[in-house]
Amino acid sequence: MSVGIPVDQILVQTVNGLVNGMILALVASGLTLIFGIMDVVNFAHGDLVMLGGFVGAGTIAATGNFWIALVVAALVVAVFGAALQISTLRPLLGRDPLTTILATFGVSLVLQKYALWQWGPSARNLPEPITGRFDLFYLQYPWYRVATALLAGIMIGALWLFLKRGKYGIWIRATTQDRVMASAMGIPVPWVHTAVFAIGAAMAAASGVLFGPLGGVTQTMGADFTLRAFIVVVVGGMGNLGGSILAAIFISLLEAYASLVVSPAQAVIVSFVALILTLLFRPTGLFVPTPK
Amino acid sequence: MLSLRDVHTYYGKSHILHGVSLEVGPGEVVGLLGRNGVGKSTTLKSVMGLAPPASGHVSFEGRDITGLAPHHLARLGIAWVPEDRRIFRLLSVMENLRTGLDRTGVDDARRAKLLDKVYAAFPVLRDRRDQAGGTLSGGEQQMLAIARAMMLEPKIILLDEPTEGLMPRMVSQIREIVEVLHREGVAILLVEQNVALTLAVSSRVYIMEKGVVRHQAPAADLRADQAVIHQYLGV
Repeated sequence: MSVGIPVDQILVQTVNGLVNGMILALVASGLTLIFGIMDVVNFAHGDLVMLGGFVGAGTIAATGNFWIALVVAALVVAVFGAALQISTLRPLLGRDPLTTILATFGVSLVLQKYALWQWGPSARNLPEPITGRFDLFYLQYPWYRVATALLAGIMIGALWLFLKRGKYGIWIRATTQDRVMASAMGIPVPWVHTAVFAIGAAMAAASGVLFGPLGGVTQTMGADFTLRAFIVVVVGGMGNLGGSILAAIFISLLEAYASLVVSPAQAVIVSFVALILTLLFRPTGLFVPTPK
Repeated sequence: MLSLRDVHTYYGKSHILHGVSLEVGPGEVVGLLGRNGVGKSTTLKSVMGLAPPASGHVSFEGRDITGLAPHHLARLGIAWVPEDRRIFRLLSVMENLRTGLDRTGVDDARRAKLLDKVYAAFPVLRDRRDQAGGTLSGGEQQMLAIARAMMLEPKIILLDEPTEGLMPRMVSQIREIVEVLHREGVAILLVEQNVALTLAVSSRVYIMEKGVVRHQAPAADLRADQAVIHQYLGV
């Protein structure tokens, strides 16, 4: 690095980038899975992250246990996601993408206003369930951040295994590739869609709880997550799970390194640059083999 | 067993089927002939719930199935082998088969028996079982499409132009499997351009023109007198 940034700062930012990247990957993998199977760009996805954060905060307040809150938030938001898919998206299947964009955008507004009404405008900070620190160069780095990345990785790995092995994984992949043929083979496609939406919602909610101790939970946090996850999904190749995960880490590392030079708020710009360059030169995604 | 009564089907605003009526008896192989674009494939899709009829009725084993979702029809015992095969390209051959095999109530012994049966008919699928469906040749994809339908243990197979674009050796293999299925008591509604094949394997034949059935006859009659075939198909 010719600009004279100390190596230790670069390494710290690498760790930060990886941690943020894993949480983002958890959000984006749900978004890309939903897009892949239903052709729905879920503009309320970030608000499911927010909802998970608040449900988690409420559960922690009631039980005092972060891990119970993580599970409860994922389950509650999964059920909510299933209901949302059945009531709002199922009737719109196969329509112009604009209708589902408007529908999910509407859902996003409703969820934000609901959160404002229910939980108020101020941020909730969730307690770190792991409070230890370790020495990372000039920093006392929280173990919790490392645990977050590991947990996100485990959840994404579990999703991967679920999709690769077993009956329901085959159902989901078959439906993603050819919805019509899948239904002709007896696969209950409407319910596969609902289940996938619920899984994506659960992963978003889990991200919200994991992120709570790092950045706090606010009713407006959803838009930021939606935007960032959307960038990742486009850069990774719409509907491509592996590509999204790589892109989440790539984008987060880019932002982390950029914030060595400029302020973190300005560092976001590099994600948009990556987005625009991808759309211009590799519209099918950065980490996808050139399409046939 | 399967019957269509005065089925009218539209794609958007274009009226494709203008009142199609036909019947397939249990275990019967019935041919559906006609030039391109007369509505043969749409007839199959109307049965399968993929192009639901705007009016008219489709019944199966005495039950009105008009407008049922395709996955319900598959479970009732109707399988569809589309013209363009529609192999799940990114799924392995085995996973393609499992889309039909992973039903509730199929125990391991029955799974093994079903797989043995298709591997006996199409040995190449056993060799390629871990290969992605999209990497198979056209003929192999056709075999996989039929094998995949067989996984549903259907009572009737809607078979859409299975020999289209295949080499003669493959065509005779397809013909063999049609005969095997017939012996096992599976009914087949066969859409084909290959007139000789259709007349050879079918018991009865319907000829379609402009969205309606114009003629029907036992295949034996048409084999004896090809004049009708010339009249409608120009071959």
